[in-house]
This record gives sequence, C-alpha cells and structure tokens, in this order.
Amino acid sequence: MDNFEPKILALCCHYCAYAAADLAGSMRLQYPANVRVLRLPCTGKVDPSYIMTAFEMGIDGVLVAGCLEGGCHFQEGNLRAKKRVGLVRDMLEEAGIEKDRLEMFNLSSAEGPRFAEIVGIMTERIKKLGPSPLRRKLEVSV
Amino acid sequence: MIVASRKNIKDLKEMLAQHKRILVLGCGTCVTVCLAGGEREVGMISSALRIAYKLDEEEHQIDELTIERQCENEFFEDAIEAVQSVDAVLSLACGAGVQATAERFPNTPVYAGLDTKFIGILQEQGIWTEKCAACGECVLGEYGGVCPITRCSKSLLNGPCGGAKNGKCEVSPDQDCGWQLIYDRLKAIGQLDRLEEIFSPHDWSKSHEGGCRKIVREDQRIVTKV
Ligand code: SF4
Ligand code: SF4
Repeated sequence: MDNFEPKILALCCHYCAYAAADLAGSMRLQYPANVRVLRLPCTGKVDPSYIMTAFEMGIDGVLVAGCLEGGCHFQEGNLRAKKRVGLVRDMLEEAGIEKDRLEMFNLSSAEGPRFAEIVGIMTERIKKLGPSPLRRKLEVSV
Repeated sequence: MIVASRKNIKDLKEMLAQHKRILVLGCGTCVTVCLAGGEREVGMISSALRIAYKLDEEEHQIDELTIERQCENEFFEDAIEAVQSVDAVLSLACGAGVQATAERFPNTPVYAGLDTKFIGILQEQGIWTEKCAACGECVLGEYGGVCPITRCSKSLLNGPCGGAKNGKCEVSPDQDCGWQLIYDRLKAIGQLDRLEEIFSPHDWSKSHEGGCRKIVREDQRIVTKV
C-alpha cells in the first residue's frame, strides 16, 4: 500500500479555490499531484450526483473547495454545498464507502498556500484510508 | 402534498438483493416537490445502490426512470418498456404510487423506496410539516382554519387539554400546541365566540377507521359498455 497514489477529484469554485490553485501554481508551490481539478462557477453548483458518480466510477476521494463562509460570490452557494456534502457523506456511508473520503473546505482566492495545504491534507487522509473499496473491486484506473 | 422521506440504502440493498435487474422509478409530483423521489433522488439512490452492490461483488443492473405521476394509470405508458425489461421495480413514489405501480404491473415485484409520512406543506426551505390527517369530514371551518385533529397531539375537538406551556404542547415541547394556534387564529379573525360551542365527537367512520375509502363520481365516469 506504500506506493498507493490516490486519485482525488477537487470540485473547485471559480472565484476562490480555482483561483487559489492558479496562484499556488504561479507561486511554484509544490503539492501532491493526486488531484484532478474541476472548475465550477460556484460550489453551489455541486449536485450530489456529481460526487456520487465520481465514487461510482472508482475515485478514491473528493474534495469540494468553496469560498470562505460569508464570502460566496453568490451569497450562499458554499453554505448549500456544505449541507449537500453532509447528505452525500451519509449516503456514501450507507452504501459502504467511508464518509471521510469526501470533505468540504473553504478558502479565499488569495490563499494559494492554503490550497496546496488542503490537497496535502486530503491526499494524506486518502493514503491512510487506502484505495476506494470500489476501485479495488473494479480494478480499473480512473 | 404527500410528504415522504428516503429509506436507508443498506435496507434497500437487502430488500432488493434477490433481483438482478432493477428499475428505480421516480414520481414527478408530490415526492419530487418534497425532494424524496423525483428524478434527482432517483439518480442518487441508483448510484448509491450500484456502489453498494459492486462492493459486495454482486452483479445488479440498476435502471432509472421518472414518470410524471405514479398514482394515475395513464402516465405508466412511458414506463411499460422499462418495467418489462427488469425483474423488479423500486418505486420512489408515495404509498399510493407504489401500489398503483404494482396494480399496473401485476407480474412484477414492486418495492417501496420511501417512507410515506403525511399530508403536509413546505413550512420553510428544508422543513415539511403535517397539516391534515385526511379524516374524511373536514372541520377546519369551525376552528379558524387550524386542524384540531392533526395539530393537537390528542386530536381534541373541545380543547385545550390544559397542559400546554408557553404555547408548546405537553406531549412534545418541539411542537406548537394546536389549541393555542386555534385560539390565536380565532382571535385574529374575530371569531373567539366559536369556542363557546361544544362539538360532538367526530364521525371517525368517515376516516380510515371506517375502512379503505373510495369516492365514486358518476358524473366523471366514462361509460364504455351499455
Ligand atoms: S379536519 Fe380532517 S380533513 Fe380537515 S384538515 Fe383536519 S384531518 Fe384534514
Ligand atoms: S398541549 Fe395543546 S396540542 Fe398538546 S395535547 Fe394539549 S391541547 Fe393538544
């Protein structure tokens, strides 16, 4: 399991996490290459089905990264995303996937280093959990 | 509307375990509005079931479909093909819709994917509350539009019971005292004098207590045979 490199989907809000990821790049910060970033206009755009589908396809972890609470470009999209993430965590657990494989984070567009840190935290966590139990069954790489 | 909530994925998985091909069938009316059994929930529950079965290394095919309404026969037209190609249907409709589906497809096992809770309203975003127990003989007019049967925990027609504290019911402090609501409402509309009246017991034979109910409207029936 030592050489396990998780595949993590990062659902990033255009106004904060995505810009922060960009900034992390400009700052030449190193962070684990395990994430696949998907840009959304707001984390309020995150439909639970996006996350469920990603897990169904065998992803090891999903992080949803939105603006700081109170700082959403669309007022409360991030607060809604937080609650939806809670619902999906419950459903994943009921289906047999550890809920900690899914987490919501908040950061601002100026926080390039924080983005790198979040990716690090999530990568470490998923490494500890090991590959998605579904990926092990599917034996496919996503 | 009829308000329902989803069952646990683990329970659904066990309930359907004997079937290899399953159609998760949503309903586009009440349960779509109360966010329990519409197209989106069909997608999520199907996804969760696929994950759960794959984890057990069990081969199950989970199809998805949502029709306009499961409690009316004519809407099943769109579902015939999909139902015929599966071994079982998991209906995400209310209890009435599940039974209508079973009646329409007499040879297909049909299971309930939701727990049907009550007739109610969207009180505020994310909160649904019960308002009517379908008693069969509505008395709302006598009580200022607040249902004593549904809103009072003891269904008192001549309340209150005297146990309310700060407007909350003695049965559960989370619940408003129905009789406080009736009083406030009658006061607001200038009909407090209604409280002078003593109401006779409700005719429960018109409720579900009188057996499974049916309404026949001759004016609406289409006579096909003379
Ligand atoms: S009196 Fe009967 S029909 Fe009227 S709201 Fe109450 S339970 Fe429903
Ligand atoms: S406290 Fe109010 S709602 Fe509760 S049982 Fe008594 S009268 Fe009914």
